[in-house]
Amino acid sequence: MLDITQNKSKQWARIGMRATFGLLCSEIIDNNKDIYIFTSDVSTSAGLDRFRKNNKDNFFDVGIAEQNLIGVAAGFSSEGFDVITTTFAPFQTIRCAEQIKVNLGYMKNKIVMVGLASGLVLGNLGFTHCCIEDLGMLRSIPNIKIVSPCDCVELAKALTESIESKTSVYIRLTGGSPLETINSHNYDFKIGKATIIKKNEKKNIKVVIFSNGVIAKEALIASAILDKKKIDNEVVNMHTIKPIDKEIVEKYCKKSDLIVTVEEHNIIGGLGSAIAEVKSQIKSSPKHVLIGVNDTYCASGSYENMLSKNKLLGSQIAKTIQENL
Amino acid sequence: MKDFNLKEAESNNKKIRLDILDTAYAAGSSSSHLGGALSMVDVLGILFKYVINYSSKNYKDQTRDRFILSKGHGCLVYYSILYNLGIISKTQLLQFEKDDSFLPGHPVKNLKYGIEFSTGSLGMGLSLGTGVALALKKINQSKVYVVIGDGECNEGSIWEAAMSASHFNLNNLVVILDNNSFQQTGLNEHIMNTHSLKDKFESFNWNVLEIDGHNLNEIFKSFINNETNQNKPKIIICKTIKGKGVSFCENNNQWHHSILSKSLYDQAILELK
Repeated sequence: MLDITQNKSKQWARIGMRATFGLLCSEIIDNNKDIYIFTSDVSTSAGLDRFRKNNKDNFFDVGIAEQNLIGVAAGFSSEGFDVITTTFAPFQTIRCAEQIKVNLGYMKNKIVMVGLASGLVLGNLGFTHCCIEDLGMLRSIPNIKIVSPCDCVELAKALTESIESKTSVYIRLTGGSPLETINSHNYDFKIGKATIIKKNEKKNIKVVIFSNGVIAKEALIASAILDKKKIDNEVVNMHTIKPIDKEIVEKYCKKSDLIVTVEEHNIIGGLGSAIAEVKSQIKSSPKHVLIGVNDTYCASGSYENMLSKNKLLGSQIAKTIQENL
Repeated sequence: MKDFNLKEAESNNKKIRLDILDTAYAAGSSSSHLGGALSMVDVLGILFKYVINYSSKNYKDQTRDRFILSKGHGCLVYYSILYNLGIISKTQLLQFEKDDSFLPGHPVKNLKYGIEFSTGSLGMGLSLGTGVALALKKINQSKVYVVIGDGECNEGSIWEAAMSASHFNLNNLVVILDNNSFQQTGLNEHIMNTHSLKDKFESFNWNVLEIDGHNLNEIFKSFINNETNQNKPKIIICKTIKGKGVSFCENNNQWHHSILSKSLYDQAILELK
Protein backbone atom coordinates (compact mmCIF):
# COMPACT_ATOMS: atom_id res chain seq x y z
CA MET A 1 0.00 0.00 0.00
CA LEU A 2 2.83 2.43 0.88
CA ASP A 3 5.86 3.00 -1.27
CA ILE A 4 8.79 3.20 1.16
CA THR A 5 11.97 4.56 -0.43
CA GLN A 6 15.39 5.52 0.86
CA ASN A 7 14.74 9.17 0.10
CA LYS A 8 11.51 9.13 2.03
CA SER A 9 13.17 7.44 4.98
CA LYS A 10 15.74 10.25 5.09
CA GLN A 11 13.00 12.88 5.03
CA TRP A 12 11.03 11.06 7.75
CA ALA A 13 14.13 10.82 9.95
CA ARG A 14 14.50 14.61 9.75
CA ILE A 15 10.91 15.33 10.82
CA GLY A 16 10.42 12.62 13.44
CA MET A 17 7.57 10.18 14.07
CA ARG A 18 4.67 12.55 14.63
CA ALA A 19 5.09 14.50 11.41
CA THR A 20 5.85 11.28 9.56
CA PHE A 21 2.59 9.79 10.81
CA GLY A 22 0.71 12.74 9.32
CA LEU A 23 2.48 12.36 5.98
CA LEU A 24 1.79 8.64 5.95
CA CYS A 25 -1.95 9.21 6.49
CA SER A 26 -2.03 11.52 3.47
CA GLU A 27 -0.36 8.82 1.39
CA ILE A 28 -2.57 6.03 2.69
CA ILE A 29 -5.83 7.77 1.79
CA ASP A 30 -4.72 8.00 -1.83
CA ASN A 31 -5.20 4.22 -1.98
CA ASN A 32 -7.89 3.73 0.64
CA LYS A 33 -10.78 6.17 0.56
CA ASP A 34 -12.52 4.26 3.36
CA ILE A 35 -9.98 5.32 5.96
CA TYR A 36 -11.10 7.81 8.60
CA ILE A 37 -9.09 9.69 11.19
CA PHE A 38 -10.51 10.77 14.53
CA THR A 39 -8.59 13.10 16.83
CA SER A 40 -9.02 15.06 20.04
CA ASP A 41 -7.92 18.53 18.97
CA VAL A 42 -4.39 17.47 18.05
CA SER A 43 -4.27 17.65 14.26
CA THR A 44 -1.21 19.93 14.32
CA SER A 45 0.66 17.87 16.92
CA ALA A 46 -0.01 14.74 14.88
CA GLY A 47 1.18 16.27 11.60
CA LEU A 48 -2.35 15.97 10.27
CA ASP A 49 -3.12 19.53 9.21
CA ARG A 50 -2.62 18.72 5.54
CA PHE A 51 -4.80 15.61 5.81
CA ARG A 52 -7.46 17.62 7.62
CA LYS A 53 -7.45 20.32 4.92
CA ASN A 54 -7.48 17.98 1.94
CA ASN A 55 -9.73 15.22 3.28
CA LYS A 56 -12.52 16.98 5.17
CA ASP A 57 -14.94 14.07 4.78
CA ASN A 58 -12.46 11.62 6.29
CA PHE A 59 -11.39 13.65 9.28
CA PHE A 60 -13.35 14.06 12.51
CA ASP A 61 -12.33 16.04 15.56
CA VAL A 62 -14.31 15.17 18.68
CA GLY A 63 -12.70 17.93 20.71
CA ILE A 64 -10.83 17.40 23.94
CA ALA A 65 -12.86 14.37 24.95
CA GLU A 66 -10.88 11.15 24.73
CA GLN A 67 -13.47 8.81 26.22
CA ASN A 68 -15.82 9.91 23.48
CA LEU A 69 -13.00 9.61 20.93
CA ILE A 70 -12.75 5.87 21.48
CA GLY A 71 -16.52 5.33 21.69
CA VAL A 72 -17.29 7.29 18.53
CA ALA A 73 -14.40 5.67 16.65
CA ALA A 74 -15.52 2.19 17.73
CA GLY A 75 -19.12 2.87 16.71
CA PHE A 76 -17.95 4.24 13.37
CA SER A 77 -15.67 1.29 12.68
CA SER A 78 -18.46 -1.16 13.54
CA GLU A 79 -20.06 -0.10 10.25
CA GLY A 80 -17.08 -1.46 8.30
CA PHE A 81 -14.76 1.51 7.94
CA ASP A 82 -11.01 1.65 8.69
CA VAL A 83 -10.45 4.03 11.59
CA ILE A 84 -7.32 5.59 13.08
CA THR A 85 -7.50 7.59 16.31
CA THR A 86 -4.71 9.74 17.62
CA THR A 87 -3.80 12.01 20.48
CA PHE A 88 -0.95 12.29 22.97
CA ALA A 89 -0.13 8.91 24.46
CA PRO A 90 -1.47 9.42 28.01
CA PHE A 91 -4.81 10.64 26.67
CA GLN A 92 -4.94 8.02 23.92
CA THR A 93 -4.58 5.20 26.43
CA ILE A 94 -5.00 5.78 30.16
CA ARG A 95 -7.58 8.58 29.96
CA CYS A 96 -9.94 6.29 28.05
CA ALA A 97 -8.76 2.93 29.42
CA GLU A 98 -12.21 1.52 30.05
CA GLN A 99 -13.52 2.55 26.65
CA ILE A 100 -10.57 0.68 25.14
CA LYS A 101 -11.29 -2.36 27.31
CA VAL A 102 -15.00 -2.58 26.54
CA ASN A 103 -15.22 -1.24 22.97
CA LEU A 104 -12.03 -2.71 21.53
CA GLY A 105 -10.91 -5.54 23.81
CA TYR A 106 -14.23 -7.03 24.92
CA MET A 107 -16.30 -6.31 21.81
CA LYS A 108 -13.40 -6.64 19.38
CA ASN A 109 -14.31 -3.54 17.44
CA LYS A 110 -11.22 -2.68 15.46
CA ILE A 111 -9.42 0.65 15.34
CA VAL A 112 -5.78 1.69 15.12
CA MET A 113 -4.73 3.95 18.00
CA VAL A 114 -1.64 6.08 17.59
CA GLY A 115 -0.18 7.43 20.83
CA LEU A 116 1.87 10.57 20.20
CA ALA A 117 5.08 11.48 22.03
CA SER A 118 5.05 8.54 24.42
CA GLY A 119 7.91 7.90 26.83
CA LEU A 120 9.99 10.82 28.06
CA VAL A 121 10.30 13.12 25.04
CA LEU A 122 7.92 15.69 26.53
CA GLY A 123 9.94 15.81 29.74
CA ASN A 124 9.92 19.58 29.86
CA LEU A 125 6.09 19.50 30.06
CA GLY A 126 6.10 17.20 33.07
CA PHE A 127 4.61 13.77 33.66
CA THR A 128 1.05 14.74 32.73
CA HIS A 129 2.41 14.56 29.19
CA CYS A 130 5.16 11.97 29.48
CA CYS A 131 3.87 8.43 29.27
CA ILE A 132 5.56 5.55 31.05
CA GLU A 133 2.40 3.56 31.78
CA ASP A 134 0.64 2.99 28.44
CA LEU A 135 2.15 -0.42 27.75
CA GLY A 136 1.45 -1.78 31.22
CA MET A 137 -2.16 -0.70 31.07
CA LEU A 138 -2.84 -1.89 27.53
CA ARG A 139 -1.01 -5.20 27.86
CA SER A 140 -3.60 -6.39 30.36
CA ILE A 141 -6.46 -5.96 27.89
CA PRO A 142 -7.08 -8.97 25.62
CA ASN A 143 -7.44 -8.60 21.82
CA ILE A 144 -5.18 -5.57 21.38
CA LYS A 145 -1.81 -5.64 19.64
CA ILE A 146 0.91 -3.21 20.76
CA VAL A 147 3.75 -1.98 18.57
CA SER A 148 6.52 0.48 19.41
CA PRO A 149 8.47 1.32 16.22
CA CYS A 150 12.15 2.15 16.58
CA ASP A 151 12.27 4.52 13.59
CA CYS A 152 10.04 6.10 10.97
CA VAL A 153 10.52 3.31 8.44
CA GLU A 154 9.23 0.88 11.02
CA LEU A 155 6.35 3.25 11.79
CA ALA A 156 5.35 3.21 8.11
CA LYS A 157 5.42 -0.58 8.01
CA ALA A 158 3.61 -0.93 11.35
CA LEU A 159 0.88 1.50 10.35
CA THR A 160 0.30 -0.25 7.03
CA GLU A 161 0.06 -3.67 8.67
CA SER A 162 -2.12 -2.37 11.51
CA ILE A 163 -4.76 -1.10 9.10
CA GLU A 164 -4.98 -4.65 7.73
CA SER A 165 -5.16 -6.21 11.21
CA LYS A 166 -8.42 -7.81 12.33
CA THR A 167 -8.02 -6.65 15.93
CA SER A 168 -7.18 -3.24 17.33
CA VAL A 169 -3.58 -2.07 17.42
CA TYR A 170 -1.85 0.54 19.56
CA ILE A 171 1.15 2.18 17.89
CA ARG A 172 3.40 3.95 20.37
CA LEU A 173 5.33 6.88 18.91
CA THR A 174 8.47 7.92 20.74
CA GLY A 175 11.38 10.32 20.28
CA GLY A 176 11.60 13.83 18.86
CA SER A 177 13.16 15.08 15.65
CA PRO A 178 15.48 14.46 13.96
CA LEU A 179 15.65 10.72 14.51
CA GLU A 180 18.14 8.12 13.48
CA THR A 181 17.04 5.43 11.07
CA ILE A 182 17.93 1.97 12.28
CA ASN A 183 16.24 -0.14 9.60
CA SER A 184 16.88 -0.13 5.87
CA HIS A 185 13.87 1.01 3.88
CA ASN A 186 13.15 -2.48 2.49
CA TYR A 187 13.64 -4.70 5.56
CA ASP A 188 11.05 -7.35 6.45
CA PHE A 189 8.59 -6.30 9.14
CA LYS A 190 5.83 -8.37 10.66
CA ILE A 191 3.82 -7.57 13.77
CA GLY A 192 4.79 -10.11 16.43
CA LYS A 193 8.12 -11.03 14.84
CA ALA A 194 11.16 -9.34 16.40
CA THR A 195 14.18 -8.28 14.33
CA ILE A 196 17.84 -8.53 15.23
CA ILE A 197 19.41 -5.10 14.76
CA LYS A 198 22.91 -6.04 15.98
CA LYS A 199 24.14 -9.53 15.20
CA ASN A 200 26.92 -11.64 16.64
CA GLU A 201 27.63 -14.89 14.81
CA LYS A 202 29.14 -16.70 17.81
CA LYS A 203 27.23 -19.67 19.24
CA ASN A 204 27.13 -18.17 22.71
CA ILE A 205 27.21 -14.55 23.75
CA LYS A 206 27.53 -12.68 27.03
CA VAL A 207 24.63 -10.25 26.62
CA VAL A 208 21.46 -9.81 24.60
CA ILE A 209 19.66 -6.49 24.79
CA PHE A 210 15.95 -6.42 23.97
CA SER A 211 14.63 -2.96 23.24
CA ASN A 212 12.07 -1.08 21.13
CA GLY A 213 11.00 2.43 20.26
CA VAL A 214 13.51 5.20 19.68
CA ILE A 215 15.44 4.17 22.81
CA ALA A 216 16.68 1.16 20.79
CA LYS A 217 19.25 3.60 19.38
CA GLU A 218 20.73 3.97 22.91
CA ALA A 219 20.80 0.18 23.18
CA LEU A 220 22.90 0.13 19.99
CA ILE A 221 25.27 2.73 21.45
CA ALA A 222 25.62 0.57 24.56
CA SER A 223 26.25 -2.43 22.34
CA ALA A 224 29.13 -0.62 20.55
CA ILE A 225 30.70 0.21 23.92
CA LEU A 226 30.45 -3.46 24.94
CA ASP A 227 32.08 -4.41 21.63
CA LYS A 228 35.08 -2.27 22.51
CA LYS A 229 35.32 -4.12 25.82
CA LYS A 230 35.22 -7.45 23.89
CA ILE A 231 31.88 -8.38 25.43
CA ASP A 232 29.97 -10.44 22.85
CA ASN A 233 26.47 -9.08 22.50
CA GLU A 234 23.43 -8.75 20.27
CA VAL A 235 20.52 -6.29 20.15
CA VAL A 236 16.97 -7.38 19.38
CA ASN A 237 14.29 -4.91 18.33
CA MET A 238 11.18 -6.24 20.05
CA HIS A 239 8.95 -3.77 18.21
CA THR A 240 5.84 -5.76 19.11
CA ILE A 241 5.17 -5.96 22.84
CA LYS A 242 1.98 -7.91 22.28
CA PRO A 243 1.83 -10.54 21.01
CA ILE A 244 5.37 -11.01 22.28
CA ASP A 245 7.76 -13.04 20.11
CA LYS A 246 8.27 -15.99 22.47
CA GLU A 247 10.52 -17.88 20.10
CA ILE A 248 13.21 -15.24 20.07
CA VAL A 249 13.18 -14.98 23.87
CA GLU A 250 13.55 -18.76 24.09
CA LYS A 251 16.41 -18.65 21.58
CA TYR A 252 18.39 -16.06 23.56
CA CYS A 253 17.73 -17.75 26.88
CA LYS A 254 19.88 -20.56 25.44
CA LYS A 255 22.40 -18.38 23.67
CA SER A 256 23.13 -15.56 26.11
CA ASP A 257 24.50 -15.41 29.66
CA LEU A 258 22.57 -12.24 30.47
CA ILE A 259 19.22 -10.86 29.28
CA VAL A 260 18.84 -7.09 29.36
CA THR A 261 15.72 -5.09 28.52
CA VAL A 262 15.94 -1.40 27.70
CA GLU A 263 12.71 0.55 27.54
CA GLU A 264 11.39 4.10 27.73
CA HIS A 265 8.62 3.01 30.09
CA ASN A 266 8.20 2.03 33.70
CA ILE A 267 10.10 -1.21 34.27
CA ILE A 268 6.80 -2.50 35.70
CA GLY A 269 4.35 -3.57 33.01
CA GLY A 270 6.25 -2.91 29.79
CA LEU A 271 8.76 -4.74 27.60
CA GLY A 272 10.83 -6.02 30.53
CA SER A 273 7.76 -7.48 32.18
CA ALA A 274 6.55 -9.04 28.93
CA ILE A 275 9.89 -10.77 28.42
CA ALA A 276 10.08 -11.81 32.08
CA GLU A 277 6.68 -13.48 31.69
CA VAL A 278 8.10 -15.62 28.87
CA LYS A 279 11.42 -16.23 30.65
CA SER A 280 9.68 -17.39 33.81
CA GLN A 281 8.41 -20.43 31.86
CA ILE A 282 11.90 -21.42 30.76
CA LYS A 283 13.94 -23.71 33.00
CA SER A 284 17.39 -22.36 33.98
CA SER A 285 16.93 -19.13 32.08
CA PRO A 286 19.66 -16.50 32.51
CA LYS A 287 19.63 -13.49 34.80
CA HIS A 288 17.51 -10.58 33.55
CA VAL A 289 18.35 -6.91 34.12
CA LEU A 290 15.46 -4.50 33.56
CA ILE A 291 16.58 -1.04 32.48
CA GLY A 292 13.93 1.64 32.21
CA VAL A 293 12.12 4.14 34.41
CA ASN A 294 12.44 2.67 37.87
CA ASP A 295 8.83 3.14 39.02
CA THR A 296 9.23 6.83 39.70
CA TYR A 297 8.25 10.26 38.40
CA CYS A 298 11.45 12.28 38.23
CA ALA A 299 11.76 16.06 37.93
CA SER A 300 11.05 17.56 34.52
CA GLY A 301 13.70 18.32 31.92
CA SER A 302 14.78 18.06 28.29
CA TYR A 303 14.56 14.68 26.56
CA GLU A 304 18.29 14.03 26.98
CA ASN A 305 18.12 15.17 30.59
CA MET A 306 15.20 12.81 31.25
CA LEU A 307 17.04 9.89 29.64
CA SER A 308 20.13 10.71 31.68
CA LYS A 309 18.22 10.92 34.97
CA ASN A 310 16.71 7.52 34.25
CA LYS A 311 20.06 6.03 33.22
CA LEU A 312 18.86 5.42 29.71
CA LEU A 313 21.71 6.94 27.72
CA GLY A 314 23.85 4.44 25.81
CA SER A 315 26.92 4.92 28.03
CA GLN A 316 24.80 4.50 31.18
CA ILE A 317 23.15 1.37 29.79
CA ALA A 318 26.61 -0.09 28.99
CA LYS A 319 27.75 0.66 32.53
CA THR A 320 24.71 -1.00 34.12
CA ILE A 321 25.22 -4.05 31.94
CA GLN A 322 28.89 -4.37 32.88
CA GLU A 323 27.99 -4.11 36.57
CA ASN A 324 25.71 -7.09 36.13
CA LEU A 325 28.06 -9.35 34.21
CA MET B 1 -43.33 2.53 10.65
CA LYS B 2 -46.50 0.52 11.26
CA ASP B 3 -50.02 1.73 12.12
CA PHE B 4 -50.43 2.17 15.85
CA ASN B 5 -53.13 0.21 17.66
CA LEU B 6 -53.57 0.94 21.35
CA LYS B 7 -55.12 -2.38 22.36
CA GLU B 8 -52.54 -4.33 20.45
CA ALA B 9 -49.77 -2.23 22.03
CA GLU B 10 -51.13 -2.84 25.54
CA SER B 11 -51.32 -6.54 24.96
CA ASN B 12 -47.82 -6.61 23.46
CA ASN B 13 -46.36 -4.77 26.43
CA LYS B 14 -48.14 -7.03 28.91
CA LYS B 15 -46.58 -10.01 27.17
CA ILE B 16 -43.11 -8.43 27.45
CA ARG B 17 -43.63 -7.84 31.17
CA LEU B 18 -44.73 -11.45 31.70
CA ASP B 19 -41.65 -12.69 29.87
CA ILE B 20 -39.44 -10.46 31.98
CA LEU B 21 -40.96 -11.95 35.13
CA ASP B 22 -40.63 -15.52 33.84
CA THR B 23 -36.97 -14.85 33.11
CA ALA B 24 -36.22 -13.14 36.41
CA TYR B 25 -37.89 -16.00 38.25
CA ALA B 26 -36.00 -18.62 36.22
CA ALA B 27 -32.76 -16.88 37.17
CA GLY B 28 -33.44 -18.19 40.70
CA SER B 29 -30.93 -17.01 43.24
CA SER B 30 -29.20 -14.93 40.58
CA SER B 31 -30.48 -11.42 41.23
CA SER B 32 -31.83 -9.46 38.30
CA HIS B 33 -32.26 -5.79 37.53
CA LEU B 34 -36.06 -5.74 37.43
CA GLY B 35 -36.85 -2.10 38.21
CA GLY B 36 -35.00 -0.48 35.33
CA ALA B 37 -36.21 -3.12 32.88
CA LEU B 38 -39.90 -2.72 33.77
CA SER B 39 -39.65 1.07 33.56
CA MET B 40 -38.69 0.80 29.87
CA VAL B 41 -41.25 -1.80 28.73
CA ASP B 42 -43.83 0.68 27.44
CA VAL B 43 -41.39 2.81 25.48
CA LEU B 44 -39.37 -0.05 24.02
CA GLY B 45 -42.50 -2.15 23.41
CA ILE B 46 -43.82 0.66 21.15
CA LEU B 47 -40.42 1.27 19.57
CA PHE B 48 -39.94 -2.34 18.50
CA LYS B 49 -43.59 -3.02 17.59
CA TYR B 50 -44.30 0.08 15.52
CA VAL B 51 -41.30 2.29 14.92
CA ILE B 52 -37.85 0.79 14.52
CA ASN B 53 -36.88 -0.87 11.25
CA TYR B 54 -35.61 -4.00 12.99
CA SER B 55 -37.15 -7.45 12.79
CA SER B 56 -36.32 -11.13 12.72
CA LYS B 57 -36.19 -10.79 8.91
CA ASN B 58 -33.81 -7.85 8.59
CA TYR B 59 -31.75 -7.68 11.78
CA LYS B 60 -28.58 -8.65 9.93
CA ASP B 61 -29.14 -6.27 6.99
CA GLN B 62 -27.24 -3.01 6.66
CA THR B 63 -30.56 -1.22 6.08
CA ARG B 64 -31.81 -2.02 9.59
CA ASP B 65 -32.05 0.64 12.26
CA ARG B 66 -29.53 0.22 15.09
CA PHE B 67 -30.43 -0.19 18.77
CA ILE B 68 -28.04 0.32 21.69
CA LEU B 69 -29.08 -0.29 25.29
CA SER B 70 -26.52 1.92 26.97
CA LYS B 71 -28.08 1.25 30.39
CA GLY B 72 -27.12 -2.38 29.90
CA HIS B 73 -28.40 -3.55 33.30
CA GLY B 74 -31.92 -3.10 31.91
CA CYS B 75 -31.28 -6.00 29.55
CA LEU B 76 -34.27 -8.09 30.68
CA VAL B 77 -36.56 -5.87 28.60
CA TYR B 78 -34.16 -6.09 25.64
CA TYR B 79 -33.89 -9.89 25.81
CA SER B 80 -37.67 -10.26 26.21
CA ILE B 81 -38.21 -8.10 23.13
CA LEU B 82 -35.67 -10.15 21.15
CA TYR B 83 -37.76 -13.19 22.14
CA ASN B 84 -41.02 -11.52 21.15
CA LEU B 85 -39.47 -10.56 17.80
CA GLY B 86 -38.62 -14.23 17.22
CA ILE B 87 -34.85 -13.65 17.21
CA ILE B 88 -34.17 -15.77 20.30
CA SER B 89 -36.23 -18.65 21.71
CA LYS B 90 -37.94 -18.83 25.08
CA THR B 91 -35.53 -21.58 26.09
CA GLN B 92 -32.63 -19.28 25.30
CA LEU B 93 -34.31 -16.40 27.15
CA LEU B 94 -34.72 -18.54 30.27
CA GLN B 95 -30.98 -19.23 30.24
CA PHE B 96 -30.55 -15.61 31.41
CA GLU B 97 -27.54 -15.35 33.75
CA LYS B 98 -27.00 -19.14 33.71
CA ASP B 99 -23.52 -20.61 33.20
CA ASP B 100 -22.26 -20.06 29.63
CA SER B 101 -25.49 -18.37 28.54
CA PHE B 102 -25.12 -15.75 25.80
CA LEU B 103 -27.59 -13.65 27.78
CA PRO B 104 -25.75 -12.56 30.94
CA GLY B 105 -26.78 -9.73 33.25
CA HIS B 106 -25.45 -7.15 30.81
CA PRO B 107 -25.69 -7.50 27.01
CA VAL B 108 -22.73 -9.01 25.19
CA LYS B 109 -22.26 -8.24 21.49
CA ASN B 110 -23.70 -11.12 19.51
CA LEU B 111 -24.66 -10.27 15.95
CA LYS B 112 -26.08 -13.76 15.43
CA TYR B 113 -28.84 -12.84 17.88
CA GLY B 114 -29.14 -9.16 17.07
CA ILE B 115 -27.15 -7.69 19.96
CA GLU B 116 -25.03 -4.94 18.40
CA PHE B 117 -22.81 -3.93 21.32
CA SER B 118 -21.69 -5.05 24.78
CA THR B 119 -22.97 -2.56 27.30
CA GLY B 120 -23.23 -2.27 31.05
CA SER B 121 -20.37 0.02 31.88
CA LEU B 122 -22.46 3.16 32.09
CA GLY B 123 -21.88 6.22 29.94
CA MET B 124 -20.45 4.46 26.91
CA GLY B 125 -23.43 3.68 24.68
CA LEU B 126 -24.10 7.23 23.57
CA SER B 127 -20.57 7.59 22.18
CA LEU B 128 -21.03 4.33 20.27
CA GLY B 129 -24.38 5.54 18.99
CA THR B 130 -22.82 8.81 17.90
CA GLY B 131 -20.12 6.93 15.98
CA VAL B 132 -22.65 4.62 14.34
CA ALA B 133 -24.90 7.55 13.37
CA LEU B 134 -21.90 9.39 11.92
CA ALA B 135 -20.99 6.32 9.85
CA LEU B 136 -24.58 5.71 8.71
CA LYS B 137 -24.65 9.24 7.28
CA LYS B 138 -22.19 7.90 4.73
CA ILE B 139 -24.16 4.73 4.04
CA ASN B 140 -27.95 5.03 4.14
CA GLN B 141 -31.01 6.51 5.86
CA SER B 142 -31.02 4.17 8.87
CA LYS B 143 -31.53 5.55 12.35
CA VAL B 144 -29.81 4.83 15.63
CA TYR B 145 -31.78 4.45 18.86
CA VAL B 146 -29.88 4.63 22.15
CA VAL B 147 -31.39 4.08 25.60
CA ILE B 148 -29.70 5.84 28.50
CA GLY B 149 -30.67 6.15 32.15
CA ASP B 150 -31.02 9.26 34.30
CA GLY B 151 -28.49 7.89 36.81
CA GLU B 152 -26.22 7.18 33.86
CA CYS B 153 -26.22 10.93 33.17
CA ASN B 154 -23.87 11.24 36.16
CA GLU B 155 -21.18 9.98 33.80
CA GLY B 156 -19.14 12.73 32.15
CA SER B 157 -18.80 10.69 28.97
CA ILE B 158 -22.56 11.10 28.35
CA TRP B 159 -21.99 14.82 28.00
CA GLU B 160 -18.91 14.39 25.81
CA ALA B 161 -21.10 12.34 23.49
CA ALA B 162 -24.06 14.72 23.73
CA MET B 163 -21.81 17.60 22.69
CA SER B 164 -20.42 15.74 19.70
CA ALA B 165 -23.76 14.36 18.44
CA SER B 166 -25.19 17.85 18.04
CA HIS B 167 -21.88 19.20 16.72
CA PHE B 168 -22.04 16.62 13.93
CA ASN B 169 -25.76 17.38 13.26
CA LEU B 170 -26.77 13.77 13.81
CA ASN B 171 -30.47 13.96 13.03
CA ASN B 172 -30.43 10.19 12.53
CA LEU B 173 -29.79 9.68 16.25
CA VAL B 174 -32.66 9.25 18.72
CA VAL B 175 -31.94 8.93 22.42
CA ILE B 176 -34.49 7.54 24.84
CA LEU B 177 -33.86 8.66 28.40
CA ASP B 178 -35.39 6.43 31.07
CA ASN B 179 -36.14 9.13 33.62
CA ASN B 180 -37.38 6.93 36.48
CA SER B 181 -35.70 9.22 39.03
CA PHE B 182 -33.84 6.44 40.82
CA GLN B 183 -30.35 5.05 40.62
CA GLN B 184 -28.76 2.13 42.43
CA THR B 185 -28.77 3.44 45.98
CA GLY B 186 -31.48 6.06 45.98
CA LEU B 187 -33.21 8.96 44.30
CA ASN B 188 -31.20 10.89 41.70
CA GLU B 189 -31.72 14.11 43.61
CA HIS B 190 -30.18 12.57 46.74
CA ILE B 191 -27.29 10.72 45.12
CA MET B 192 -26.32 13.26 42.46
CA ASN B 193 -28.77 15.90 41.43
CA THR B 194 -28.72 16.32 37.67
CA HIS B 195 -31.39 19.06 37.93
CA SER B 196 -33.22 19.60 34.64
CA LEU B 197 -32.05 17.11 32.04
CA LYS B 198 -34.36 18.86 29.56
CA ASP B 199 -32.53 22.16 30.04
CA LYS B 200 -29.19 20.42 29.79
CA PHE B 201 -29.88 18.67 26.51
CA GLU B 202 -31.49 21.81 25.08
CA SER B 203 -28.35 23.76 25.95
CA PHE B 204 -26.35 21.06 24.14
CA ASN B 205 -28.46 21.92 21.07
CA TRP B 206 -30.64 18.82 20.91
CA ASN B 207 -34.31 18.53 20.01
CA VAL B 208 -35.84 17.61 23.35
CA LEU B 209 -39.23 16.03 23.98
CA GLU B 210 -40.51 15.27 27.45
CA ILE B 211 -43.25 12.65 27.72
CA ASP B 212 -45.10 10.31 30.07
CA GLY B 213 -43.15 7.11 29.44
CA HIS B 214 -46.20 4.96 30.17
CA ASN B 215 -48.74 6.76 27.97
CA LEU B 216 -48.64 4.63 24.85
CA ASN B 217 -50.23 7.21 22.53
CA GLU B 218 -47.78 9.84 23.70
CA ILE B 219 -44.84 7.47 23.26
CA PHE B 220 -45.81 6.63 19.69
CA LYS B 221 -46.31 10.30 18.81
CA SER B 222 -42.92 11.22 20.25
CA PHE B 223 -41.21 8.83 17.84
CA ILE B 224 -43.02 10.09 14.75
CA ASN B 225 -42.87 13.74 15.76
CA ASN B 226 -41.19 15.83 13.07
CA GLU B 227 -39.02 18.44 14.75
CA THR B 228 -38.81 22.01 13.49
CA ASN B 229 -35.02 21.90 13.32
CA GLN B 230 -34.19 18.86 11.25
CA ASN B 231 -30.44 18.99 11.82
CA LYS B 232 -30.29 18.06 15.47
CA PRO B 233 -30.22 14.74 17.29
CA LYS B 234 -33.39 14.02 19.25
CA ILE B 235 -33.85 12.99 22.85
CA ILE B 236 -37.11 11.75 24.28
CA ILE B 237 -37.05 12.19 28.03
CA CYS B 238 -39.46 9.55 29.27
CA LYS B 239 -40.86 10.15 32.74
CA THR B 240 -41.20 6.61 33.98
CA ILE B 241 -41.88 4.60 37.11
CA LYS B 242 -39.14 2.23 38.14
CA GLY B 243 -40.68 -1.26 38.37
CA LYS B 244 -43.80 -0.19 36.41
CA GLY B 245 -46.56 -2.80 36.19
CA VAL B 246 -45.76 -4.80 39.33
CA SER B 247 -47.18 -3.15 42.45
CA PHE B 248 -44.49 -4.21 44.89
CA CYS B 249 -41.73 -3.09 42.51
CA GLU B 250 -43.12 0.31 41.55
CA ASN B 251 -41.00 3.15 42.93
CA ASN B 252 -39.43 0.65 45.34
CA ASN B 253 -35.71 0.89 44.75
CA GLN B 254 -35.08 -2.47 46.44
CA TRP B 255 -36.06 -3.83 43.02
CA HIS B 256 -33.18 -2.11 41.32
CA HIS B 257 -31.50 -5.52 41.65
CA SER B 258 -33.14 -8.30 43.60
CA ILE B 259 -34.25 -11.94 43.69
CA LEU B 260 -37.80 -12.78 42.59
CA SER B 261 -39.16 -15.42 44.98
CA LYS B 262 -41.90 -17.90 44.05
CA SER B 263 -44.61 -16.10 46.05
CA LEU B 264 -43.73 -12.68 44.66
CA TYR B 265 -43.54 -14.10 41.14
CA ASP B 266 -47.02 -15.61 41.54
CA GLN B 267 -48.36 -12.31 42.88
CA ALA B 268 -46.82 -10.35 39.99
CA ILE B 269 -48.22 -12.73 37.37
CA LEU B 270 -51.69 -12.50 38.94
CA GLU B 271 -51.55 -8.71 38.84
CA LEU B 272 -50.50 -8.61 35.22
CA LYS B 273 -52.97 -11.19 33.93
